[in-house]
Amino acid sequence: MTLISEQQLPSIVKRLAHQILETYPGLKNAVIVGLQPRGVFLSDRIVSALQQELSEEQVVYGKLDITFFRDDIRRELHVPTQTDLPFSIEGKTVILIDDVLFTGRTIRAALDALLSFGRPSKVALCVLVDRKPSRELPIQPDFSGKEMDALTPQKVKVRWKENDGVDDVILIGE
Amino acid sequence: MALSTKHLLGIKDLNTEDIQLILSTAGQFKEVLQRPVKKVPSLRDVNIVNLFYENSTRTRISFELAEKRLSADVVNFTVSSSSAAKGETLLDTVNNILSMKVDMVVMRHSASGAPHFLAKHIDAAIINAGDGINEHPTQALLDAFSMVEKFGSLKGLKVAILGDIMHSRVALSNIYLLKKMGAEVMVSGPPTLIPKYLQEAMDIKVEYNIDKALVWCDVANVLRIQLERQNQPLFSSLREYNLAYGITTDRLNKINKEIVIMHPGPINRGVEMDSDVADSKHSIILDQVENGVAVRMACLYLLTGRSNPA
Repeated sequence: MTLISEQQLPSIVKRLAHQILETYPGLKNAVIVGLQPRGVFLSDRIVSALQQELSEEQVVYGKLDITFFRDDIRRELHVPTQTDLPFSIEGKTVILIDDVLFTGRTIRAALDALLSFGRPSKVALCVLVDRKPSRELPIQPDFSGKEMDALTPQKVKVRWKENDGVDDVILIGE
Repeated sequence: MALSTKHLLGIKDLNTEDIQLILSTAGQFKEVLQRPVKKVPSLRDVNIVNLFYENSTRTRISFELAEKRLSADVVNFTVSSSSAAKGETLLDTVNNILSMKVDMVVMRHSASGAPHFLAKHIDAAIINAGDGINEHPTQALLDAFSMVEKFGSLKGLKVAILGDIMHSRVALSNIYLLKKMGAEVMVSGPPTLIPKYLQEAMDIKVEYNIDKALVWCDVANVLRIQLERQNQPLFSSLREYNLAYGITTDRLNKINKEIVIMHPGPINRGVEMDSDVADSKHSIILDQVENGVAVRMACLYLLTGRSNPA
């Protein structure tokens, strides 16, 4: 089942970028951090939308891998991907971007991972899909593309042209 | 994705995917080590014992730093201050330690095959930190990581391993790894220090003239003369060894090309390598040491994930 179609996705991305700009005008003292591996497809799109409104220096953008901060190494081994945060986050507002907010455990790990780079003054969260009923930790997004009530065993898959050949969000399983 | 083995006993048991996985994971840990806070919580509540039956500076500090930066709990064991000095057997010592709930054993031993023996008798994952004249897998992995960092790939790279091949576990692990990853390998040194039939057994080049080896290679991995393992004279004197086989600035100037110099340490300055070579810009000896921590973090991390199925 399609949750977000190829036609809807660009306008949602644009809306998220505008909401971020509305809250943090000019991204003053704010940085964007996409979560590896799949959050960066969304953050890449949001960053290019932001760059259309702002100058290049105003958009500070990095990528964070949280593999080493997960709480499930004894259950499942995850292979890390590249972290690229070539700037200080000390005292900054960090806008974390991920594709799906599900149990909240990834964001919990991301908050820990961020602290090893410094002490941000504020962390905000932007996601494309918010699976609110499945949350296992008290974590909520500041910006969300679409809220939905998928049941826990169902899978929400965000597909991106650059990786999956198509831009959409689908629901897998009954 | 996970390693194909439960233990890290030698490069011999790893396949190319394992080696690639360790090297790429080590790359991510190297980035972690550049952060203001270098510690990650991955191995929280994993208990590791470092069993060193033989002296070590680098390897031991490197493993201990790797373990601590992964948030593991670490116990150190040195044979000189332990009950092994009272005659306790290796298996008894390890079983006693394991009954105190230890998940992983990092072991160095002067007997070749000691970690393999342990692996047959105990459940905990074992990392070989050097066994006699057999293997030193994490050293070969960090050497490979340093070479990949410098050259981009091992494929087709010409690596000369120089010096005391016979007594060197570093040489054997390096040969296994480099062959598996598609590098060309040559060993060179005095005939008394190169095992017979090595060329046929390992499908590598053997060259007794060190100058020719230097001309051939892109990288020279210079090994330490292991006097502690030589119980008969295999060359006439250290001075003569230096004259005939030592890597000197003169030798390097003569070959008319730039090569990268490596050494697993500790260096016998003025024997297998002169001081000015060890400290020159061609030397990546200290990069090797730096990379060692990231490579060992990768091995510990990947083996923990492997050894704890839900």
